[in-house]
Amino acid sequence: MIPELGHFSLIIALALAITQGVLPIWGATQGNRVLMGLARPVAVGQFLFVGLAFASLAYSFVTSDFSVQYVAENSNSHLPVYYRFAALWGGHEGSILLWTMLLATWTLAVAQFSKHLPQDMVARVLGVMGLISVGFLTFMLLVSDPFQRLLPAPADGRDLNPLLQDPGMVIHPPMLYMGYVGFSVAFSFALSALIGGQLDATWARWSRPWTTVAWVFLTLGIALGSGWAYYEMGWGGWWFWDPVENASFMPWLAGTALIHSLAVTEKRGAFKSWTVLLAIGAFSLSLLGTFLVRSGVLTSVHAFVTDPRRGLFILVFLLVVIGLSLVLYAWRAPKVGLGGSFDLVSRESFLLSNNVLLSAAAATVLLGTLYPLIYQAWTHGARKLSVGPPYFDAVFIPLMVPMIILLGMGPIARWKQISVGEIMRRVRWPAAISIALGVLAPFAMGKWTPMIALGLTLAFWIMTTVVVDLRRRMVRDGKVKGQSRSYYGMQLAHFGVAVFILGVTLVKGYETERDVRMNPEDTVAVAGYTFRFDGVRQVRGPNYTAQQGRLVVLKGDKTVAQLYPEKRDFDSSPMPMTEAAINSGLFRDLYVSLGDPIGDGTGAWAVRVYYKPFVDWIWGGCVLMALGGILALSDRRYRIHIRKKQAGMESPAGNAVPAGDSPALVHRSKAA
Amino acid sequence: MMRYIVPLVVFLALVGLLYTQMESGIDTHLVPSPFIGKPAPAFALPQLLEPSKKFTPADMKGKVWLFNLWASWCESCRDEYPLLLDIAQNQHVTIVGLDYKDKAADAKAWLAQAGDPYALNVTDVEGRIAIDYGITGVPETFVIDKHGVIRYKEVGVLTPDNLKNKILPLVAKLEQET
Amino acid sequence: MRKLALAALLLFMPAAVLAEEAKDMAKNPVIEKRMIALTSKLRCLVCQNESLAASQAGLAKDLREEVREQMIAGKTDKQITDYLVARYGDFVLYDPPVRSYTLFLWGGPFLFMLGGAGILAYQLRKRRKAVRAPELDAEAQRRAAALLEGKEK
Repeated sequence: MIPELGHFSLIIALALAITQGVLPIWGATQGNRVLMGLARPVAVGQFLFVGLAFASLAYSFVTSDFSVQYVAENSNSHLPVYYRFAALWGGHEGSILLWTMLLATWTLAVAQFSKHLPQDMVARVLGVMGLISVGFLTFMLLVSDPFQRLLPAPADGRDLNPLLQDPGMVIHPPMLYMGYVGFSVAFSFALSALIGGQLDATWARWSRPWTTVAWVFLTLGIALGSGWAYYEMGWGGWWFWDPVENASFMPWLAGTALIHSLAVTEKRGAFKSWTVLLAIGAFSLSLLGTFLVRSGVLTSVHAFVTDPRRGLFILVFLLVVIGLSLVLYAWRAPKVGLGGSFDLVSRESFLLSNNVLLSAAAATVLLGTLYPLIYQAWTHGARKLSVGPPYFDAVFIPLMVPMIILLGMGPIARWKQISVGEIMRRVRWPAAISIALGVLAPFAMGKWTPMIALGLTLAFWIMTTVVVDLRRRMVRDGKVKGQSRSYYGMQLAHFGVAVFILGVTLVKGYETERDVRMNPEDTVAVAGYTFRFDGVRQVRGPNYTAQQGRLVVLKGDKTVAQLYPEKRDFDSSPMPMTEAAINSGLFRDLYVSLGDPIGDGTGAWAVRVYYKPFVDWIWGGCVLMALGGILALSDRRYRIHIRKKQAGMESPAGNAVPAGDSPALVHRSKAA
Repeated sequence: MMRYIVPLVVFLALVGLLYTQMESGIDTHLVPSPFIGKPAPAFALPQLLEPSKKFTPADMKGKVWLFNLWASWCESCRDEYPLLLDIAQNQHVTIVGLDYKDKAADAKAWLAQAGDPYALNVTDVEGRIAIDYGITGVPETFVIDKHGVIRYKEVGVLTPDNLKNKILPLVAKLEQET
Repeated sequence: MRKLALAALLLFMPAAVLAEEAKDMAKNPVIEKRMIALTSKLRCLVCQNESLAASQAGLAKDLREEVREQMIAGKTDKQITDYLVARYGDFVLYDPPVRSYTLFLWGGPFLFMLGGAGILAYQLRKRRKAVRAPELDAEAQRRAAALLEGKEK
């Protein structure tokens, strides 16, 4: 009964989404306030029904209703309840439902927090989001129905892929999808501005906070996925350049470019057509990524063999959404005005140069991900090639180095105009200090390689420029002068990049590992720590049996940690899973994973022991970037609207106060 | 104005690529063999049933033959077994088996129980010859011509379809060659 | 029982001193290091997107052994990758070789970067003219001159 209710809710949600997608947009062209006014209530209705469908599927999972095919394929009655719930997005159909659910959530948020916007704008934005939702709901109802019954019901489900049975996997997909789907807001704002011909600084201002929120989620989502890979893969890798990761990295790069480009557009009204294209691009890459990965075009065409209609639907959907928005772009963008002036050397130019590099990076990831496909199609399947980590590592360094250099100079440069000499004066100390430290520090750490020196120099460069800029702005005539939260947010995010680079550089440069054979009581010394192996015992988990090893880590005579790496045999899967044991610290991780038993009857095991200096800084850097985004979001100028709304004085049409001219901003740009 | 159309053009090209990829039905899992058109790598391995005798591909000079990789532990090999038996019975092409990482006793037991479509079998206990032939899994089947050149490779289980439409016509054609 | 075992352990404490420094899994750690460095640039052929170094698949283990033996036999990394490419094609390389058919792959990123920079520079100049042209007064000229000076420094 419940699954049918869910299915039926999807049908109603589809009807509502069609209404939301058609009538308000039509109303906006006609100036019909009644039709435009439909957008909000219908969006709320759509949210309720998609929510009902989501709750129905969650109920089927939690109650282990294996008469639902999707539940039977992705869950098992022995699965702990939190994994049964998370199994909802463990497969194709459910993750599409999660997507739709989050899209409805974002739509609801836009409907709620857009009271200050002109009605036709809101109508168009919600309309475009409704149309995207139509695509997803149709896709589910036609070819990816999560509520499909399986009769007779099997006694038990096939189980969730053991790799996904991990707390990280419970929150990683929703976070990541919040990011992907969040870019649909910027996309919808861009399209509605193109449709309405109101592509101006106000549009950029409205899009900005939404884009930042989506970017924060995506940043955290990617970091979570990487952290999960780190402890689940058993050898401490944290990024593999595999198509699934690339699919999330491309929208992140485009979204990062978008955030910076929106700043220029909001400030100067300039490069609007480029910013719009990025807004379209960030969401298109999200769509492309989700679909390519989920449908398996990249890894295997086999996914289509089961249902070729699925692949075709996806392609047609991409063609309609992205194709139409690009047609609209080609038609409307040429009519966009130029905006205010700024010099060749100015903060604006720095931001745009960084944009070029970020976009080039996104294009590179796309090229590397699709090149094997292109090549295979070219040779008609007769030949294949692989593009993997060595390629991306090689091409990313030349892209990243200029980007980091510009990153340090951007915030230091003045808006509109600054002389090259002035910049040089401002960065000479950071440059000198970071190069000196970067080149000398590796000697102190006992190993010097060009890559370590380069990485450290870049990280110190960001840190020193951040400090120099903070000091220059805040300390004036011996007095401390507060800055806006968006400024602090930016600097914090940039500092996060530095922390990230430090983590990557130091762990790549100085990690040590031993792959040893250990009898009980044997010890191995790694990086000044002694690891004593106390043997392996069998432990029973909820749905697996584990061989659990115990290692005591000593530094001198002091016990530092006790580590329990496991090798898990899931009841439902023949593939054993390694579960690494990690002792995390601010400056290093001690990482232990069990290999195989040696099998000579002495209880000896193959054990891998790693010392990973500064590895947590990689994710710490990502968290700082996300916190920077959140800090920027809490800035006064984004809160003004909320306060106005609460006071009941809705700003007339919103665009009466072009963002670039608000007194505070003018003041700041002069001060800068 | 043209530059505003560039993104659309790039995107359409991408869709075109994905569409051809989908329509082609190429299984992206398969690794195309670089051996097609190249001589079959030489080896000399003991025969399964008569370990004192060795077999080398050169022994087959002047004959078109199938070289089939299998193992008694390989579940999916059983799916193609009826086809192999059928070939052995109704076609006059020779099948040589490569028994991969198997215990000789198990392999013999299997042949005794299920029937033996092979003219002879060689044993590759360590899987080294399989590496020489660029094998990625069991089963795989090569078609080798009269000059000892590999002309075709089937990755995975033989299907009646591929056998009828690809392998047998190719064998017939190769038989005609001198 | 457990207590008994513990007591026994304590009793035989000197025996624990016999516990040794664990031995490397690899017979030859130097070769092992080289092998891992090489195989992490190679693709495991039977798994989805895993390197030959990381994969637990049977074929990957065999191939690692093959690589080890060839290294011990004194083959260079180049000879070993050639050996594998001859058997499995370019597909085995995560680092595709620079050939005519990979020119765009390797050149693409630099094309994007330089092309993007070129377009940006062109656009910036163009729009500066378009935006500035009407207001290029004495003051602006002075500033432009100052700017040029700054550049020459």
